[in-house]
Formats: sequence, structure tokens, C-alpha cells
Amino acid sequence: MTAPAAGEAARIAEQAARASYGKLVAILALRDRDIAAAEDALSEALLAALTVWPRRGVPDNPDAWLVTAARNRMKNAARAGRVQRAAAPEIERRLGFADPGAALPDDRLRLMFVCAHPAIDPAARTPLILQTVLGLDAGRIARAFLTEPAAMSQRLVRAKLRIRDAGLRFALPEPEEMPARLDAVLDAIYAVFGQGWDGWDHPAAPDALTGEAIFLARLIAALMPGEPEPQGLLALMLYCTARRAARRDGDGGFVPLDRQDARLWDRSMIIEAEGLLGAAARAGRFGRFQCEAAIQSVHVQRPLTGRLNLAALRTLYDLLVRHTDSIGARIGRAVVMADAGEVDAAAAELGALGDKRVARHQPWWVARSHVAALAGRPAEAAAALETAIGLTDDPALRAHLMARLAALRDGTRGGRG
Amino acid sequence: MQFMLMFTEPLSEFSRRTDPAEAADYWGGWNAFIQAMTAAGVIVKGDALQPPHTATTVRVRDGVRRVEDGPFADAKEQLGGYFVIEVPDLDAALDWAAQAPSATSACVEVRPVLPMSAPPA
Repeated sequence: MTAPAAGEAARIAEQAARASYGKLVAILALRDRDIAAAEDALSEALLAALTVWPRRGVPDNPDAWLVTAARNRMKNAARAGRVQRAAAPEIERRLGFADPGAALPDDRLRLMFVCAHPAIDPAARTPLILQTVLGLDAGRIARAFLTEPAAMSQRLVRAKLRIRDAGLRFALPEPEEMPARLDAVLDAIYAVFGQGWDGWDHPAAPDALTGEAIFLARLIAALMPGEPEPQGLLALMLYCTARRAARRDGDGGFVPLDRQDARLWDRSMIIEAEGLLGAAARAGRFGRFQCEAAIQSVHVQRPLTGRLNLAALRTLYDLLVRHTDSIGARIGRAVVMADAGEVDAAAAELGALGDKRVARHQPWWVARSHVAALAGRPAEAAAALETAIGLTDDPALRAHLMARLAALRDGTRGGRG
Repeated sequence: MQFMLMFTEPLSEFSRRTDPAEAADYWGGWNAFIQAMTAAGVIVKGDALQPPHTATTVRVRDGVRRVEDGPFADAKEQLGGYFVIEVPDLDAALDWAAQAPSATSACVEVRPVLPMSAPPA
């Protein structure tokens, strides 16, 4: 043990919280099935670490210390009668890795599949994974799902109560049940990747979330080699990550995809992604993530062929909208339609989405501005872009959009984001 | 862990119980299901119930007892029987519930039995 300054101990505790939160909740909840109690106990353990570690030194294994401290708190809570449940040594025995052959390589994965149980409200499954296993707060989750934070919190609380009380099996699902639960798990992993992607510039942890997402996708792809969608998701995230260095110029400015220097792309990641996409295709079951990865594949072909294959993109976006009628897919398709010359149809497509859900959705306003500019309506384009800028958190992206706005106002066209 | 399986059935199923042309089929299905659970040793207790027209509902309001003839809810599907089973978890309970004949004609509601905790020391 070392005896660090208070600030240093706090930093280590914070780091443990950030790096291990999901893993620790998973370990604690797997023993007792009570996710909310596990989260409470872990918060208390982290608080305790902040007072104990500066005095007694940081333990050699901070995670183990936190688990022990949290378990003691859970036991005390149970003893005080505040946590009412059937104490179940039977469950512990069953969960106690009695069958190592069937055990998932990571406790988090197991909890993810529990969160995707058919007895849980389908709308709560992915958010529950995000909060419980991946440590995102309810506010961020609500924003990612374009819902009200209060409604999202309520949905999460209800789902946790059900997991605690309804007696769901806390184990790896049978192989034949896995595919049915896979969608929610993959959605959560991709949502975490998206959160990390949007917060790309965080200097303290540049790839905490995206790296985590890729790690988990690799585990699942290895666990379920016969399922093509995990491979598709992994490929999709690798394509995006491969372009990481090219997303910023020397001054930290945002570089849109069509202006990126392809020499900065990570070739080995792209090759791996292409290989995964090919392997996935052999299963003969096309899905949402393979489709999104294929769209990325078209984009990385551009520097090789010298042009962007808009026809291929259009086909893939049509397929994507058929697989997932998400707002993101519809916006992406509208932009491709506009770039392919179908400007009015693109405007109509975006207009059809124009409701409460997109009022504060930055990509919709960027797309609307882009389509209006192509349609020769610079005033409308500028107004939409102004709204988009107001909804943009990332300073580099905001600076890029401001430059486009200035260009629009000068009557010249800016680049595309 | 104990779960109650509550079997609801449409009225048409209740009438099959005594229909000479249908009764053998009806009871055969249930007997097979019950035998499978018995063989697995999961049954804690359970019963079939008389049809809903035999039900009587009682309420006490302001100290006055009100008795009505018929089940508590006027639904197309009515409770026909129940089992309490002892299985490791909900997933196992659902596997049994899905094998009940009434799962195809109406539905089976599955609920964990509330464990009675020991009184505080």
C-alpha cells in the first residue's frame, strides 16, 4: 500500500469508479439480483474510499476493496430489514461459476443478457443495460433515446424492481434464446459507442467508452460466432474508429468525412472491418448493423475510387430504414437522397420527421440546413444551421458549423459534416 | 423459489370439461401436463376450480357484507385453476407455464410467491 495525498486518492477512486463501475455493479448484482441496492452500496463504498484511502493508503486492488466494502453495506442493509428479499444461497451457488463451461467471460456480459430478458419491458432493456452495466446516467440515456429524463428514470426503476422481485434467471440464456436477446445488448453497446464518439475530445479518457464498446462487441462476436450482427456491429465501430485521427486537423478543428485525409485512416482496422463484414455476410442474414457497416464501407471506398458511390449508399439506406425505422436512419437517407439530386424528396422526408422528437435533435437540423442549401434556399439553411449550432456541445464541431454558417451567409457553399 | 401459475380459460374451455365429445381430450391434456410436473417434482400444491358460474364474491363496505353471485371480474377469460411450483427461477416457471393446455386457449399468469420473512429478532 502507498499513502497518497488526498487529491491523489480521490483521483484513484474516481478512476476506479469510471473504469470499473459497470463491472462492479454486475458483480454485486449477480449475487443478490438487486441492481438498485448494488448501485447504492457501490456509491457508498466509493464515498468511503474517499475518506479511508487518503488515511490508510490506496489498496493494492481497489476494485476488490470496493466490492468488499459494498457487500458489507448490502449485508448491513439486509440485516436492518431495509432490503427485503429471499436470501438465496441457492442462487449464489448457481451463479457461483458452478458451470465454468457456460460462464460468460465477463460478468458484465451476463448482466447485459439478464437486462435483455423477455420478461422486462422491451423499451427498458437497452436503457437498463446502459445504466447498469455501462454506467451512463439517466439524463444522458434519456437524451440518447430522445425521451424525457423523468419518464426514463421511472422506466429504469420499474425494470430494476422487476429484476429483483420477479425471479428472472440470472444466468447466461440458453443458446437458442440468445439471438432473441441479442438486439437489446447490441443496441446498448452501440449507444455507448455513440456517447463516447460524441465526447471524443475528453482529454482524460479519449477512448474509455468507445474502447469499452469495442471490447464488449469482440467478446460477443467470439461468444456467438454463428451470429452475423455482432460481427456487423464490431465492423461498424472499427470503421468509425479507424478514421479517428483524421477527424481533427492540426489545430483540433473538426474535419467532415468528405474532407478527411484518407492517409490518416487506420488501415489495419479497416481491413479487419472488411473481413468481419465478409464473414458476417456468409451467414446469409442481413441486419441493421451489417447494413450500417456496409454504409461505412462505401465511405472508405471513396479515396480508392475517387468518388462516393451514392447509388450504393441510397440502396443501403433504404435497407437500413426497412431494418430500423430510427430517426438517425431516416436522416441519413434524406441526406443521401439530397446529394443524389432528389432534393425535394429529401426535404419531404425530413419534414415528415418534424415533430417533438427532432425539435432538439442536432443532426436533424444539420441535415435540414444541408438540404435547404442544396435546394437553393440559403436563408432557410442558415436559420436551421443556427438552431443546430445551439444544440451542439462539442466546441470543435460548433466551430466547424459556425464556419459553414458564415459561408452560407456569404452566399458560398460550405462543406458537409 | 415458488411461483403461482394461474390458468385462465375462455368459457368454451370450461364447457369442454363436461362435453362427452370433448371431455376426454380436455382432461387428457391437463393430466399429461400435471403428470409431467409431478414427475419433475416441482408441484407444491394446486387445484382445478369449478367453473365461474359457481363463484361467489364478497365485499365488506362500512361494516356491511355484500355478497354477489359470479366472479369478481366480468371477463371473457376466467380463472380455471392454479398450481404453486418450486423451481429455481422465473425462466423455469415460464417453461412450465408454456406447457399448460390453457396457454394456447387463453393465458397463464406467473407470479412469484411472496416469501414470508422471519419476524425481526
